[in-house]
Amino acid sequence: MAFFAIDCKRICPGGNPGVRTGCYSPEGEIVTSPIRASRRLRLLTSALGGWLFFATPTLLYAQPVTVDLWRHESADAELVANLAAIERFNQQQDSWFVRVETLPQGSYTESITAAALAGQLPCIFDADQPVIPNFAWSGHLMPLDQLLPGNLLNQLLPGATGEYKGTPYSVGQFDVALALFALRSELEKFGIRQASMEAPYSHRELMEILQQIKADQPGSFPIDINSRFDGEWISYGYGPWLQSGGADLIDRISMTRADGVLNSEAAAGVALWYQSLFEQRLAERQPVDDQAFTQGRALLHYTGSWYAQQYADRFGDDLVIMPPPDFGQGPVVGSGSWHWAVSSSCDYPDAASDFLSFLLSDTEIAAMSDATGMIPVTGSAASLTRRYHAEGDWRIFYDYVRAYAVPRPETPAYPKISAAFEKAMLDIKFGRNIQQALDIAVDSIEYDIHRNRGYGFFEESP
Amino acid sequence: MNPRSNKWGWLFAAPALALLFFAVILPFAVAVGMTLTNQRLLSPNEVDFVGGENYARLLSLGFTEIPLKLDEGGNPLVSSAGEPLYQSLREIKPSPPEQASFQILKAFDWGDKRYAVLAKDPVFWRALFNTLYFVALVLPIQLCTALGLALLVNANLPGRTTFRTLFFSPVVTSMVVAAIVWTFLYNENAGLINRLLGLITGQENLAINWLGSEALAMPSIVIMSTWQGAGFQMLIFLAGLQSINSELYEAAKLDGANAIQRFFNVTLPGLKNTLVFVLISTTIAAFSLFIQVDIMTNGGPNDSTATLIFHAIRTGYREQDVAYGASIAVVYFILVLGVALLQNKLGGRRG
Repeated sequence: MAFFAIDCKRICPGGNPGVRTGCYSPEGEIVTSPIRASRRLRLLTSALGGWLFFATPTLLYAQPVTVDLWRHESADAELVANLAAIERFNQQQDSWFVRVETLPQGSYTESITAAALAGQLPCIFDADQPVIPNFAWSGHLMPLDQLLPGNLLNQLLPGATGEYKGTPYSVGQFDVALALFALRSELEKFGIRQASMEAPYSHRELMEILQQIKADQPGSFPIDINSRFDGEWISYGYGPWLQSGGADLIDRISMTRADGVLNSEAAAGVALWYQSLFEQRLAERQPVDDQAFTQGRALLHYTGSWYAQQYADRFGDDLVIMPPPDFGQGPVVGSGSWHWAVSSSCDYPDAASDFLSFLLSDTEIAAMSDATGMIPVTGSAASLTRRYHAEGDWRIFYDYVRAYAVPRPETPAYPKISAAFEKAMLDIKFGRNIQQALDIAVDSIEYDIHRNRGYGFFEESP
Repeated sequence: MNPRSNKWGWLFAAPALALLFFAVILPFAVAVGMTLTNQRLLSPNEVDFVGGENYARLLSLGFTEIPLKLDEGGNPLVSSAGEPLYQSLREIKPSPPEQASFQILKAFDWGDKRYAVLAKDPVFWRALFNTLYFVALVLPIQLCTALGLALLVNANLPGRTTFRTLFFSPVVTSMVVAAIVWTFLYNENAGLINRLLGLITGQENLAINWLGSEALAMPSIVIMSTWQGAGFQMLIFLAGLQSINSELYEAAKLDGANAIQRFFNVTLPGLKNTLVFVLISTTIAAFSLFIQVDIMTNGGPNDSTATLIFHAIRTGYREQDVAYGASIAVVYFILVLGVALLQNKLGGRRG
């Protein structure tokens, strides 16, 4: 194993900034290189391995099989924690050596899509949970119920598995949740009650609160709902409002019908609430940054649990974490973050099985959570963490995920659904007629589903 | 061998031609073939030949009257604000999900009735209009700015090397970085531009929504693009200016021509070839507007900045409908080719 470490450093002549991929030596040391050089030198590695084979045959049976893994270049803490876990895995057994390549996050989904088309997917790779069904339907993924023991999969929170037609194809070590952040002192100043899981704000109550603050501070935008972000945030952040109001992005039973769901009266009601936030200038249409809450410009921040660390560091005990607003059927949070999947072209399913079982052990889940602050996905792992054990200060997020989580629709149509909903919500934000915007989204989603023969769901619905 | 034989010409052109063939012509032929299918980026389904379905969806237009919404008694319903309510298109023309349905491209009132122009892909038509609008705005503004700057830095003024560098520096700035910085500058509530205008006009809370209003979003992108791109054309104009024989200016001076006459009768004719080149290259570049839109407005508000390339990438790549995205690209190609040929012809005829 030791010589592999040296090899990997040789594989990646470092120092070239702006390269598209990187290589990590087993020590977790980052050595970047252009992908081509790493390919070319991979040949060299095997040649070198061959030389070692002849020169020192005693090393042969100690040489583990190299298994390739890709992951996105995430935030530092998550990346470092993951590399450390892989290093522990490589140290702890002798059969496999997991070799990591990281790809830039901005174009990561495009990269793995292109790799799938070219038949170049690595054995193990990570992916954002909503894109999993698309890869599964296209036959690029191995079903995980064959690779992982059932009791391991069953103990995970729903957001930790990615399914297509009921079969698990991906697993994650952590989840995230949505919440309303506020400051206790500010709430008290305005005489506003603090929402709780027993009594969350209804959407009407929240609107009244915002109007009350607006009346007191006319120039301010009292809530930040991350309207600076487009792309997946729209579906992740506002899709749960639909579900909370009794609507949805698509009919979950047939997975082929959006009419009467996404353009229902309930959906229009939620969209009207959303539009009023901007028309009454309670939220900013295009905020300049995401610092409104930190700098005291906004009283409330509706966002993901990944902001908790930053806010806890800054505000300490004054920070209040509250559930998202209730649109009638209880608060809802999205679920599913970055997951691990195994490509169907993987030559070593046993390696993938060993590696994923290792990642899903309680100690590994807890280590990831402690390093990044993300929500652990098993109860027993939660009890090992600093912040999510039964009395931990962030236990509340774990409770949200358990009580409120609804996964984003697990269908290959999701890229289209998400893009159509994003477009509708952006148009509604800028004043487009609500019913019209939602109807357009419905039509384009249903047409896309038909164009793709139901994405595998037609034969099941009558 | 006859040195004037075409053989040598072909031989020397071969590497470039091979590159053109494999990098441009072949992919384009593949794209055209793809537009006749229902190919998706990631899909296990076999690809079907669908003929002109993609083009039909792209280009279909229609027209309809939109009736009022009536209650059970047949009386028109009104909104809480007292405005009449109209039926939605789904109620008038229910369309099966197997077909791309018509959407309203533009509704208008005529007499006491409401009519609507329909399109199967209204975003395409808006994108087409926006692209032409952008070209029409950016061409004169950017070329005049570039020519003006070139004349300035060509004049014998102190510090002109510094100014050349200054005017050229936005060109070497990454467009992505420039777009992000300009998004901050344009911000409605905290942006530098609004603050400066506020200072000048004395209105402290001046809040012009540059990128957030349908009327201003595209002109804002035009201003930003001019700032970013004019330095490049300036450089080409500068080269053109310096190739004009200075004796011509002297002769014109002797003939008693003033500065304006010299500009129109010596400078502009001398720049003709440069002008045609800059015009065509800028037009083609302007048609491919994408980065600014992707970063600054995401096509919004209400599609007012969606462009053809933006639409092609959104549908072809993000929504994975790559056959349809290719259809948009083909229409875009024909459009740009037509405009370039037309300009070439007009430019050639003038001389």
